[in-house]
Amino acid sequence: MSHKILSGPQAPEANLDQPLYTPIKRRSFFMYAGATAGATALVLAGCKDDNNNMPGMVDVGTGDVGVLNYAYALEQLEADFYTQVRMGSYYTSTATAAEKQILDDLYYHEVIHRDFFKAAITAAGATPIKALTTVYPAGTFSSKASVLATAKAFEDLGVAAYNGAGQYITTPQYLYIAGKIVSVEARHAAIIRDLVKEGDFVGSDIVDIAGNSLEMSKAPSVVVATANTFLADGSKLSVSGLG
Amino acid sequence: MNFFDILSEIEKVDPEVYGRLDSRRSIFKHMSGVGQKLTAAALPLFVGAVFNKAYAQTPGSLAVNDVLNFALRLEYLEMYFYQQRTALTGLSSVNANALSLIATDEANHVKFLRATLGAAAIADPGAAAFDFTGGKGAAGGPFGDYRTNPATYLALAQSFEDTGVRAYKGAAPISSVMANKTVLTAALNIHSVEARHASHIRSMRRAGANSATPSQGVAVAPYSAAPKSWVSGTDGGGAVPGTTNAIYGAGNSSGAGTAANVTYLAEDNTLQGGVTLSGTTIPAASSFPATAFSEAFDEGLDVKTVATIANLFVVTGNNLFSVYL
Repeated sequence: MSHKILSGPQAPEANLDQPLYTPIKRRSFFMYAGATAGATALVLAGCKDDNNNMPGMVDVGTGDVGVLNYAYALEQLEADFYTQVRMGSYYTSTATAAEKQILDDLYYHEVIHRDFFKAAITAAGATPIKALTTVYPAGTFSSKASVLATAKAFEDLGVAAYNGAGQYITTPQYLYIAGKIVSVEARHAAIIRDLVKEGDFVGSDIVDIAGNSLEMSKAPSVVVATANTFLADGSKLSVSGLG
Repeated sequence: MNFFDILSEIEKVDPEVYGRLDSRRSIFKHMSGVGQKLTAAALPLFVGAVFNKAYAQTPGSLAVNDVLNFALRLEYLEMYFYQQRTALTGLSSVNANALSLIATDEANHVKFLRATLGAAAIADPGAAAFDFTGGKGAAGGPFGDYRTNPATYLALAQSFEDTGVRAYKGAAPISSVMANKTVLTAALNIHSVEARHASHIRSMRRAGANSATPSQGVAVAPYSAAPKSWVSGTDGGGAVPGTTNAIYGAGNSSGAGTAANVTYLAEDNTLQGGVTLSGTTIPAASSFPATAFSEAFDEGLDVKTVATIANLFVVTGNNLFSVYL
């Protein structure tokens, strides 16, 4: 089952080659600059982004914009998932009033997150990645167990992803925005886990309760290994530029 | 003398030097501005300007240990609060277990922060530093029956968890925290655990303290008594309107305990990254309820505002939080 993400009109890709402020690693930038001292314009021209430098993969890019596109990719996945949940037979036939209220809110929040990131990346003078195409195992949306298990996987993954990527953000305002979203994702994750199993909001698979009780954050490479199983060929993510 | 050799040399003793260079954007501005005009005579001035900015202390900003000790004070408040749960009556067993889990997490956070701070950690304030009735050590606080009445207890728990989420969120972008990636990541990994707690406490309140299925409660506007698992608007003033309003209100956006260029707005804020989020600005959300746009984002608080809230639960004469006021 393959599904094109429901989204507003896509931004024109004409500005793909527009120079970015932070696309390559600082160290390599300074090396560049050292070799071409005085030729600042040339250096800046070399700092162009390339969303598709790996065949068949969607490269989120580097620097702060790379983190924003990484978040945008994960929010696309979540928004698409809840869009489909609300059309599936579990939601339309068997979900309780409480479950519907929760799933409606999660759908609203994730669509807002997705389109916020698209707007924010554009406002930063950068280019958002394309609309991703998702794939789900057959029957994902027809049973309570499969909907909630998938929701749990996505919400926990989102929390671990934001926590793991915070260290790569250099602009305080962007870190603050990421913090505003990740706590909402954690609130989602907790209630979804409770719907799966009452009282499982800080399960030992995601919070180190036997040790420091810290959330177990995940590196981008670990996150996309999971995310890519829900993305079609041509929409799979590359995060090699982060970190 | 080559500027980039200087940076390389500094990096050997200070691996964070590139991170200290404020933002790469400003370096680009410097560089594109000077360009080929950068003569040997001008270079020292240029370098001086860059490093003054990189190593200057922002006036009033908190050092990383100050932020960690502030977090430790809040974790002590939570730890001692959850230790008071044992006399509650009328909790379902699943809810009693949930409070035990949270109590373990908060005690673990105290231990973790103490270990991270080492000798710089504040002294344990002890349970006697706190008065969770809100009476400042005198009888008759607004939460007088919190030890036995689960409704009061959970109202306090929600208030503390939501405050904690806002505190960690607001402190993460403080420059000293961002410069220490280990501390930043640990703070984020506590922040999300506090948000999970907040979500669950809210679910317990929604379904009732004696419910065996706390996930199945239905939220009722204005979300004061039967809240959603997330903050909707300002939740009608929070769990005890008139007393808990500040927990959902705006903070201070300048002075000590704030992050540069961050504005601490109330929980009903819909202005994110310069865009006012609405069904107009997000066409895909044109049919969404207006509350969704503020629910989708939690808001942070500065240190001083958090200290003001926390200080309501400290006995008169104890300066655990008043040192920040």
